Amino acid sequence: MLRKMTMMMAASAAAFVMATGVAAAQDTLKIGASAPKTGPLAGGAAVTHWPNVKLWVEEVNKRGGLKVGNKQMKVELIEYDDKTSGEEAVKNIQRLATVDKVDFLVSPYSTGINVATAPLIAKYGYPQIATTAATDNVAEFAKRWPNSFWLLGTSKQLAEGAVEALKKMRDSGAIGKRVALVNVADAFGLELVRAGKPALQKAGFDIVYEASYPLGTQDVAPIISAAKAANPDAFVAFSYPPDTFALTDQARIQKFDVGAFYVGVGTAFPGFAGRFKDNAEGVMGVGGIDPNSKAIQDYAKRHKEVTGADIDAWASAMTYAGLEILGQAIERAGTTDKAAVIAEIKKKPFQTVVGEVNLADNINHKVWTTGQWQGGTFNGVASDGIPGAKAPVKKQPWK
Amino acid sequence: METIVTGILLGGTYALIAIGLTLQYGVSRIMNLANGETLIAACFVTFWLFTSYAVNPIWGILVIAPIAFAVNWAIYMLLLKPLVDRARNQGMLEVDSILATFGLLFLFQGLMLRSFGGAYTSYAFLAERFELFGAYYGLNRVVAFGAACVIALALYLFLYWTRYGTAVRAVAVNPGSARLVGIDVAKAAALSFALGGALTACGGTLISTFYTFNASMGVVFTMKALIIVIMGGVGDVRGALIAALILGIAETAVAGLIDPGLTLAATYALFTFVLLFRPQGIFGRQQA
Amino acid sequence: MTRLSSGEVLTGILGAATLGVLALLPLADQGYYLSLAINMVLFAALCTAWTLFSGPTHYVSLATAAFYGLGTYTVGLGLDYLPFPVLVVMGGVVAAILAGLVGAATLRISGVYFVIFTFGLAELVRQIVSYTQVKLSSRMGLYVFTDFTERDIYWMLLGLTAVVFITGWLINRSRLGFAMQIIGNDETVAKHSGIDTAKLKIILFMISGAFIGIAGAIIAPRYSYVEPPGAFSPMISFLVVIMALLGGTRKLWGPLVGVIPFTIVMDIVSVRFPNDTSIVMGLAFLVIVYLLPDGITGRLEQFWAYLKKPRAAPEAAPVEERA
Repeated sequence: MLRKMTMMMAASAAAFVMATGVAAAQDTLKIGASAPKTGPLAGGAAVTHWPNVKLWVEEVNKRGGLKVGNKQMKVELIEYDDKTSGEEAVKNIQRLATVDKVDFLVSPYSTGINVATAPLIAKYGYPQIATTAATDNVAEFAKRWPNSFWLLGTSKQLAEGAVEALKKMRDSGAIGKRVALVNVADAFGLELVRAGKPALQKAGFDIVYEASYPLGTQDVAPIISAAKAANPDAFVAFSYPPDTFALTDQARIQKFDVGAFYVGVGTAFPGFAGRFKDNAEGVMGVGGIDPNSKAIQDYAKRHKEVTGADIDAWASAMTYAGLEILGQAIERAGTTDKAAVIAEIKKKPFQTVVGEVNLADNINHKVWTTGQWQGGTFNGVASDGIPGAKAPVKKQPWK
Repeated sequence: METIVTGILLGGTYALIAIGLTLQYGVSRIMNLANGETLIAACFVTFWLFTSYAVNPIWGILVIAPIAFAVNWAIYMLLLKPLVDRARNQGMLEVDSILATFGLLFLFQGLMLRSFGGAYTSYAFLAERFELFGAYYGLNRVVAFGAACVIALALYLFLYWTRYGTAVRAVAVNPGSARLVGIDVAKAAALSFALGGALTACGGTLISTFYTFNASMGVVFTMKALIIVIMGGVGDVRGALIAALILGIAETAVAGLIDPGLTLAATYALFTFVLLFRPQGIFGRQQA
Repeated sequence: MTRLSSGEVLTGILGAATLGVLALLPLADQGYYLSLAINMVLFAALCTAWTLFSGPTHYVSLATAAFYGLGTYTVGLGLDYLPFPVLVVMGGVVAAILAGLVGAATLRISGVYFVIFTFGLAELVRQIVSYTQVKLSSRMGLYVFTDFTERDIYWMLLGLTAVVFITGWLINRSRLGFAMQIIGNDETVAKHSGIDTAKLKIILFMISGAFIGIAGAIIAPRYSYVEPPGAFSPMISFLVVIMALLGGTRKLWGPLVGVIPFTIVMDIVSVRFPNDTSIVMGLAFLVIVYLLPDGITGRLEQFWAYLKKPRAAPEAAPVEERA
C-alpha cells in the first residue's frame, strides 16, 4: 500500500516537474525602463516615451512574445521614475542591473540623462538604443561607448534642416532673406543656434534680430514685439514646449505675419494642432514624419487605440522604432546574450515604422529634420537622406 | 508704450499668483509651499470643465473658488491648526509649516499626476486680439488683468473698510495683541487661509487661459509668489500688488530693451536690491 | 585646549570605528547599494555642513544649491586645465567667497526673509551661470569625463563627511561655537555682551558654504554631464533642509539621523510605487511633521530624559536625611 502510494506520488511529482519543465520553455524576458514621470521633463516623456514603451510591450506580448532561439519569451516590464534627475537615473539603472537583473534596458529619455547613464550602461554591457537624444557629440559617444546607438540625429542636422527648408522657400520666391532668430537658453537650444546661425549666414540670409531667453519663460510678448519691429521675412525659434506654444500664441495675437514661421520642439506634439487648429497650418518645427508612409499611419492608429493618445510627429516614431530594433535584434541573435545582440544591431539594417534604419557605425544618419503642418498632418519637408519630403508652403497670415 | 502696457498686464498676472499667498503667510503665518499646487489644480479643473462641458472659465470661477475655499479651510483646520497650537514661537511654526506644506506639495502633485497625467496642457480661450494704442494684446490677458483689479479692489475694501477686515489686518500685525483686544485669532487665521486659497484658485483659473501648464509646474509659481510676497512686505496686500506691478514692468522692460536672457536675473536682482535697503519689504513693518 | 572628557573620547572611538566599517562597503557591493550609499554620504556631508550654520543660528538657508552648483561647475569648467584636487579646493573657495558676500549683505535680514533671499540667491546664480555660458561658449552643459569610479567618489565623500564632523566638533568646543550658542538663544543679548555677531555669522556661513561647494565638486565626475538645471536644482536645497530638520538640528549628528532613514524610505517608495512616489512621499512628510516635531533627535532626547527621570527621586532623600 505504502509502496503504491509512494510510486503514485513519485509519478505525479515527475509529471509535475515535466509539466513545469515544458512550461519553463515559455520564459519571460525582463526589460527595465527608467524615465521621467515627475520633474521638468515629465511632460515630454508622457507624450513621447512611456506610451511607446507601453504600446510595444503590449503588441509583443499579444503576438506571444519574442522568439528567442526555440523559446517564446514574453516581455515583463519593470519601470522606474527617474524624476528628471541624472542622479536618480543612475540609481535606477544600478537597481535594474544588479537587483532586478533585467535582460535588457529601454534607453532613458532626453540627451542629458542618456549621457549621464551611458557609462554605467556600458559597464553592464547593455545595448543602449538612444532615441530621444539629439546632440552633436554622437560620434564621440559612439566611440566611447560602443554599446550605444544614437538614432535621433544631431543638433547640426536639425538646424541645417531648418535652414534647408527656408532656403527652399526663398528659392521658390515665397520669402525674402531677412530672418529673426531666437533660442531657448538651454543645452539643446544652444546647440541648435550654434549650428543654425552659421548655416543661415552661409545660405545668404540676413539675421535682423537675435535673442535668447531663459528656460520656462512663458511671457514672450517683448520678444515677439522686438522681432516684429525688425521686419523679417522668416521667424526661427529654437524653443521647447511651453515657449513653443507661447511664441506661437503671441505671434498670432500681435499679428506677427511672416512667410516662414518655425518654432522648435513641441510643434510636432498633437497638442499643438489641438490648440491652434487652423492657425497651426504652415507652422514648421523640429521633426516631421514621412507623409507617404503607410507604416507610420498604421502605427499612429495603433498608438491611439492602445494608449489613447496621438503620436508626436518627431521622436514618438523613433522611440517605437528603437524598441522594434531591440526586439528584432534579440530575435535575430537567438539569445539573450547582450554582446551578441549588440553585434546583431550593427550587422544588418532593420525595417521599422520609420523605414530602414542602418546602425553599422552606431549612428542613424537618416532623419527627418523639419516638418510642417499641412492639412492636419505634420509632414516632413526637409530631411537628411530620406526621400519623399513635401515642399514647404508659405505661411498664410494669422487668423 | 507697448512695453509699459505689456508690463502692467504681466504685473496683473503676477498679482493673481501672489495675492493668495500674501493672506496665507501674512495673516495665518503659514508659509504655504503648496500654494502653486492650488494654482495648478485650478488650471486643470478649469481645463476639464472647459473641454468636457464647454464651461466658460469665467463662470468656472464661481464653481472653483468656493471649492478651493472649502478645501483650504479643511486643510487649515485639520492639518495646520494643530501645528499652530503646538508651536512655541514663530520660528518653530515657520519650520513646521514649511515641512507640512512641503508634504502637501508632494501629495497634491502626485494626485494631479494620477488624475491628469504629466503632459503639457493648454487650451485657447479669449485668445483674440485686443487693440490698445495701436498694438495688439491677448484679450485673455487683458481680462485677467481686469479680474485682478476687481479682486484687488474687493480685497482692499474688505480689509480696510469693514470691521472684520480690520480685525484680519490686526492679526497680521500682531496675533498676540489682537487676541488681547478680543479678536478670535484662530477663526481669522482660518478664514484668511481659506480666502487665500480661493484667491489663488481664481488666479489659476484666469492664467490657465493663456499659460501652458502641467502637473509638475506648481513649484515655479510658488517661488514667484514667495518673492513677490516678501518683496512687498509680509502681510500687506497693497505691498504685494505694488511688488507684482514693479516686477512685471521691470521684467518686460529688461526683455524688450536689454536682453530676454536676463529677465530672471533682473527679477532676482530687484528682489535682492529691495531687501538690502528695506529688509522688511516695501510695506512691511520693521521686525521687533 | 581643554582636556577631552571620557564621553567625548568614547564618541570619537565609536565614530572612527563606524567610519572604518562604512569605508569597507564598496568591497561588499559595487552596484545598487553602493549607489544608494553614495547618495546617503553625499547628503550626510551636505546636511551636516548646512547644520554647522543653520543649527546654532536658527537661520534656514536655502542657498545650498548655489554653493553645490558652483562646486560642480568649477570642476566642470576647469577639468581640462587643472588637476582634480586643485579644482575641489577651488570649488570650496569659490563657494566660500559667495557665502561671504551673501553674509555681508544679509546682516540686517533675519527669519523668513533670509530663507527667501537665499533661495533667490540660488536661482540668481543659476541664471547668471547659464547666461555666461550662453554668451561665452554657446554651450550649456559640460562634459566631465574622468577615470573615477563610484568607489572613489564614495570614499572621497566619506572622507569629506568625517572632516565636516571634526570641524563641527572643533567649532563647538571653541569660542566661536560658544558665541554661536548665545546668538542662537538671544541675539540682542549676544550683541550687548560685546560679541561681533555679524562677523561670526559670516565666518560660520563661509565655512558651511565651503564644505557644500567641495561636496558639489567631488560629485561632479559621477554624471559625465553637468548643466545648470541639474547642478543648481532647488530640490537639493529643499531636501537638505528637510533631512536636517527631520533629524534635528540641535546636535551635530542630528542630520545623520535624518539622512539615513529618509534616503531609505525615499528609495523603498520609488521602487514599490514608481507611479505614486509623490503621493507616498507627501503622506510620509505629513506623518513626520506631526509625530516628530523636534526631529528624530528631539524624540530621542525626550526618551532619554524620560529614562533619567525616576533616578532623580532617590537622590533627594539622602540630602533630607542629613538635614
